[in-house]
Amino acid sequence: MKTVRVGAGLGFYGDSWRSVRASIERGGVKYIGSDHLAELTLAILQKDRQKDPAAGYARDAVPMLTELWPLAAKRGVKFVLNAGGLNPEGAREAIAKAFHAKGWKAKIGVVTGDSVTGRIDELRAAGQALAHLDTGAAISSVQDRLLFANAYLGAQPIAEALAQGAQIVVTGRVADAALFLGPLAHEFGWRWDDWERLAQGLTVGHLLECSGQASGGNFGSAQEWEKIPDFLNLGYGIAEVSEDGTAVITKAPGTGGRVSFDTVRQQLLYEVHDPHAYYSPDVVLDMSTLKLEDEGNDRVKVTNAGGAARTDTLKIVAGYHDGWMGTGVIGYSWPDAYRKCEKSVDIIKGLIAERGLAVEETNVEYIGYNSLLGANADPTYRDQLNECFLRMTIRTQDKRVADGFGRLFPWLGLSGPPYLGGFHGIQRAKQLLGLWPTLVKRELIESGVQVSVETAG
Amino acid sequence: MKVALWKIAHARSGDKADRADIGLFAWDAPTYEVLKREVTKEKLAEHFRAICSGPVEVWPLENILAIKIVLNSALQGGAARSLRTDNLGKIVAAQLLRMEIEAPADLPRLQE
Repeated sequence: MKTVRVGAGLGFYGDSWRSVRASIERGGVKYIGSDHLAELTLAILQKDRQKDPAAGYARDAVPMLTELWPLAAKRGVKFVLNAGGLNPEGAREAIAKAFHAKGWKAKIGVVTGDSVTGRIDELRAAGQALAHLDTGAAISSVQDRLLFANAYLGAQPIAEALAQGAQIVVTGRVADAALFLGPLAHEFGWRWDDWERLAQGLTVGHLLECSGQASGGNFGSAQEWEKIPDFLNLGYGIAEVSEDGTAVITKAPGTGGRVSFDTVRQQLLYEVHDPHAYYSPDVVLDMSTLKLEDEGNDRVKVTNAGGAARTDTLKIVAGYHDGWMGTGVIGYSWPDAYRKCEKSVDIIKGLIAERGLAVEETNVEYIGYNSLLGANADPTYRDQLNECFLRMTIRTQDKRVADGFGRLFPWLGLSGPPYLGGFHGIQRAKQLLGLWPTLVKRELIESGVQVSVETAG
Repeated sequence: MKVALWKIAHARSGDKADRADIGLFAWDAPTYEVLKREVTKEKLAEHFRAICSGPVEVWPLENILAIKIVLNSALQGGAARSLRTDNLGKIVAAQLLRMEIEAPADLPRLQE
């Protein structure tokens, strides 16, 4: 039976592609699917685009492809990446320019049509409420503050671009797993109503969309994480998939990390809501029937995914401006490090009150004690800490208040509790964004999706 | 006896908008039965009361000896508007592993 190997690329904007090299050179992959867009990445790209209309894509795609393309091209390895962000055409131009400078040619496909930022009124006029998926709130409450709004497209336009001969497919927002399901459906000619095969392909994509997380990276555990070999050379996940959808998750030989029942099932449930109904644009996956068989030697067989018909809607995630965050961080050493941080909180709160600053919410964390574990930090050694950092953050609608908040802290060095250090400068205001998940009728989006393939370089 | 989850299970967490979600995994079948019985919505709501103001959802998955947990309204509106250091909810799984449950002393992992 024909098999195709697909490999994990990046798991977020700014991730490392060091490990992708091994998958291409020794992993036998035919495709790399690379995910550059977390839920909030589009907000970062929107800020880029406001400064420069040619920007708005994940810039790391250019150096990644510049380094990996020579290895990929001679082996016939293709790339599918959502690095297009808010500007897939801009991403293609940037890649084409870099390839031209090297004297390389490649057929680059671009998928557009996911952005609905400028279509909110049109969609509402077409009868789409676009109410908040969780709270039911009306979109009118945030519409004038929207910074971006994008629908999650599926695997079909990716498969279409590959069918047109694309060697690199650049998309904007697509379901992360579609970066892998697209190539698989294209290779095997899966029908778009073959729910069981699509469910297997979606499972494969879901397992590979987070770079090292299926192969021992971020293996959430006490002590056991330390048994994962060779993090430095951790191999990203690779799936060897058969025409019937049966898949084996593995990694390139000679790489670090581990692929086991445990590492694979941790990734299976990652960022999943109801595991009986994992919605994607192409199929609804039921994970409760899945079989994971650990074959040893970093191979885990995946079969029996449950698939149900896709729904009539696509998910949109929009982002809207929601105030500003101000930050102050200072450190104290022993003795009484924690208590001095606490005392400083009182002083800062006194300053906020005295100046009447418009602060809506204050968040207090003690780095070295509870900044990560919160209320579940163990207080046993709290009063004997060698050192402790105070991190205070505020929420405000006034950017000037957020910008000025960090300036309340330095004077404590001479006029507050003793042994203050670790002042790392004034942090500027950070824009806060609310996310607005909602649903939209599929055909209103899909009718505007375009696939274009051109030779670049 | 009271047992902390980190001794008998492993876990990973992430975010979707204002939800924190956790996969909790038993190392073996007997432990899965204990987790299914003891890791209840009520216990979870109590353990995460400082961060989670919405309902807690729980799905047991026997095929992979796991409990899927979703904490609604747990990320101050979502990662991009959160004031917390752990805005992405990645550490929520570590918080869960500190939870103690009633478990029999003869569970396999407790013999090692």
